[in-house]
Amino acid sequence: MPTATDTVAAGDLGPLTTGDGTPLKTALARATRRARLKALFLVAPLLLFVIVTFAVPIGQMLYLSIYNPVFSDNMPRLSSWLRAHDVTEVPGEDAFKALVLDLTEARANRTHAQVGTRINYERSGATSLFKSTARKIKKIKGPPYKDQLLALNEEWGELHLWTVMSRAAAPHTAAFYAQALDLSYDAEGDIVRAPENRRIYGHLFLRTLLLSALVAGLCLILGYPAAHLLASLPLKYSNLLMVLVLLPFWTSLLVRTTSWITLLQSQGVLNDMLVSVGILSDDGRLELMYNQWGTVIAMTHIMLPFMILPLYSVMKTVPKDFVRAARSLGAGPVTAFLRVYLPQTVPGIGAGVLLVFIISVGYYITPALVGGSSGQLISNQIAFHMLQSLNWGLAAALGALLLGGVILLYWLYDRLVGVDNMKLG
Amino acid sequence: MNIQRSSEPTGTDDPATGGTGASVRFENVQKSYDGETLVIKDLNLDIARGEFLTMLGPSGSGKTTSLMMLAGFEPATHGEIYLNDQPINAVPPHKRGIGMVFQNYALFPHMTVAENLAFPLSVRNMPKAEIAAKVARALEMVELPDFGSRRPAQLSGGQQQRVAVARALVFEPDLILMDEPLGALDKQLREQMQYEIKHIHDNLGVTVVYVTHDQAEALTMADRICVFDQGVVQQLSTPDELYEKPANSFVAQFIGENNRLSGHITDIQGGECRVDLDGGGSVTALAVNVAGTGERATLSIRPERVVLVGPTDDNLANRLTGRVEELIYLGDHIRVRMTVAGNRGFVVKLRNDGERPSVKVGDTVAIGWQAADCRALDPIDA
Repeated sequence: MPTATDTVAAGDLGPLTTGDGTPLKTALARATRRARLKALFLVAPLLLFVIVTFAVPIGQMLYLSIYNPVFSDNMPRLSSWLRAHDVTEVPGEDAFKALVLDLTEARANRTHAQVGTRINYERSGATSLFKSTARKIKKIKGPPYKDQLLALNEEWGELHLWTVMSRAAAPHTAAFYAQALDLSYDAEGDIVRAPENRRIYGHLFLRTLLLSALVAGLCLILGYPAAHLLASLPLKYSNLLMVLVLLPFWTSLLVRTTSWITLLQSQGVLNDMLVSVGILSDDGRLELMYNQWGTVIAMTHIMLPFMILPLYSVMKTVPKDFVRAARSLGAGPVTAFLRVYLPQTVPGIGAGVLLVFIISVGYYITPALVGGSSGQLISNQIAFHMLQSLNWGLAAALGALLLGGVILLYWLYDRLVGVDNMKLG
Repeated sequence: MNIQRSSEPTGTDDPATGGTGASVRFENVQKSYDGETLVIKDLNLDIARGEFLTMLGPSGSGKTTSLMMLAGFEPATHGEIYLNDQPINAVPPHKRGIGMVFQNYALFPHMTVAENLAFPLSVRNMPKAEIAAKVARALEMVELPDFGSRRPAQLSGGQQQRVAVARALVFEPDLILMDEPLGALDKQLREQMQYEIKHIHDNLGVTVVYVTHDQAEALTMADRICVFDQGVVQQLSTPDELYEKPANSFVAQFIGENNRLSGHITDIQGGECRVDLDGGGSVTALAVNVAGTGERATLSIRPERVVLVGPTDDNLANRLTGRVEELIYLGDHIRVRMTVAGNRGFVVKLRNDGERPSVKVGDTVAIGWQAADCRALDPIDA
């Protein structure tokens, strides 16, 4: 029978053990396993839900940005030829033979239009080229394939078309990312910047970031005093104010956005008022809707609660005594605010700005409704490619870049301010 | 502790006589927050240079409000406050030059201890070298010389308290306000800090206005105590006078332990009065705060002034009998709770010495006290 001193001595010599000699760590793991399993069982439904409805679809979508098998699946012969050969000039008879055979089959399977669309992403005019050629493909009964095809449409003799097809032959492609970054392949297959009039996305990304930063900044300027008021008023008043802050949350986004249209459009309430008072002349009405200002004004209004709530929750925890102490120590109101109050609300500012900025960067409905053309954000382009041009690969690439950008900014924020400092509510 | 006021040559160890402190005067000050009730009703108070004055009272009595008005955080609704004979109602808090120690210290959490101490100096645009010297000296003073680079959160409660005191003193104000500064400390630390603050006051000669609801703390520290209740100063006296000569029933009850007996006055003669007790019996008491013959009064007797008497002792003016309800052993003395003249909470303190008479629960014993130890005060119903 070991005495108390024996146990202590044993503990000094090696790993701690329980009474029956099991290592303490094993015993502890065994004892907590049940509790951990139970906890896992309780969160399992949520985990499953998130994986099935969120993680997997997003993963698939992101995969689409680098994977497009339309060409290689439907043009198998030509694809394998293109993979096997380097395209530096318009190829010879055997490649055209593969093209004709594949196109005949695609015509039978009615997939030739898809293939044309895929090539059209990188070379405009390809859709109609594939369609018109496929319609007449039955006329080509045998060799020489190249001459007959060129007779049908001499565009088939262009090197650029062949380099595009050569890249499309590989199901994995970086072409969508290149396009999303305003880059393109030239006729030799080198990556170059897209021609000036074709660069849209870089500009759009920049505009999205700038407008989001502007919205976040406006929200901070407008929300900070409101949050302070909310945090310092007695409960009976602050509750009412809180309802006013939250009221927009309970109103439909569409209703709010269309209200802004009614208020701010050139024949709207605000302009009518300014004209009737005589501040503006009738033909000098302010253009506040269907441009960047429309987007900024409407989004600032929508984002305000996301700024006020984190600020409020931080300010609530800053005791009144701090500012009083600063004042009694000789600091004027401004100094006391800047040196004592403001630094202590930094976690709230960080959380609010980051929240508003990240939500704004991906915002879609409001810019679509009130943004006109100059107030469109990158998400509107993503939606366009998802719903109208059906270029899902490009949409996915744009989305992935947006996601990557936000993660990068978040990482920067963490390095500069520290995420631990952030308080969301 | 070795405390020197930095502006003075070393070696001056004189207590408050130097007159470096400020004087404060409240004149007819009233305060209302809601326009319906007065929190402070006509406060008139003179605080001398270098005095340690404690404002004592239950919560909601107006003591903290008075302090906040003096500091400048709350405007007086009516009346004027003077600092060194200058009216200060219109002076904003940062220009009053008053040091303040807050209940929860209010050390700025985003600054180090040294930065906290440097704050009042840097907002006064003092040169950096001078700031560093003063901060070092202030840290010496509170015996935390190596703590300058720490954050307040890394300090214990007592250390934070010292830093808060040092910060209020570092810019050498003439007046220090303290709002229940020791409330968050445990008993032992609190007692130690009471002495340290008292010593700082004695050595620097500053005027201190100290708010507390702890009467023992007030008795330990103050030169004078100002007892507040319901927005009115009940009594302003030295600690001993407050304890031994309470002016009214509230003060008698609030300061120290007190036995209360109610009755009505049958006769008043030469500063003494005769009171018939509600619970039977009649006693002689000092007529301190009584309305007149036939009116009701509440008697106040300190437990340590009541003695158990044998049947032969007859040099006591007042003699009653009581039934022993409970004995509580407290080492140096024994508390005897008994029922006297209908009061079931009458307490007698017996010193635990060899001559202690033995009493048992249930005994009926004779007790007595001198007329001078029993004060007839304003009636309260209880």
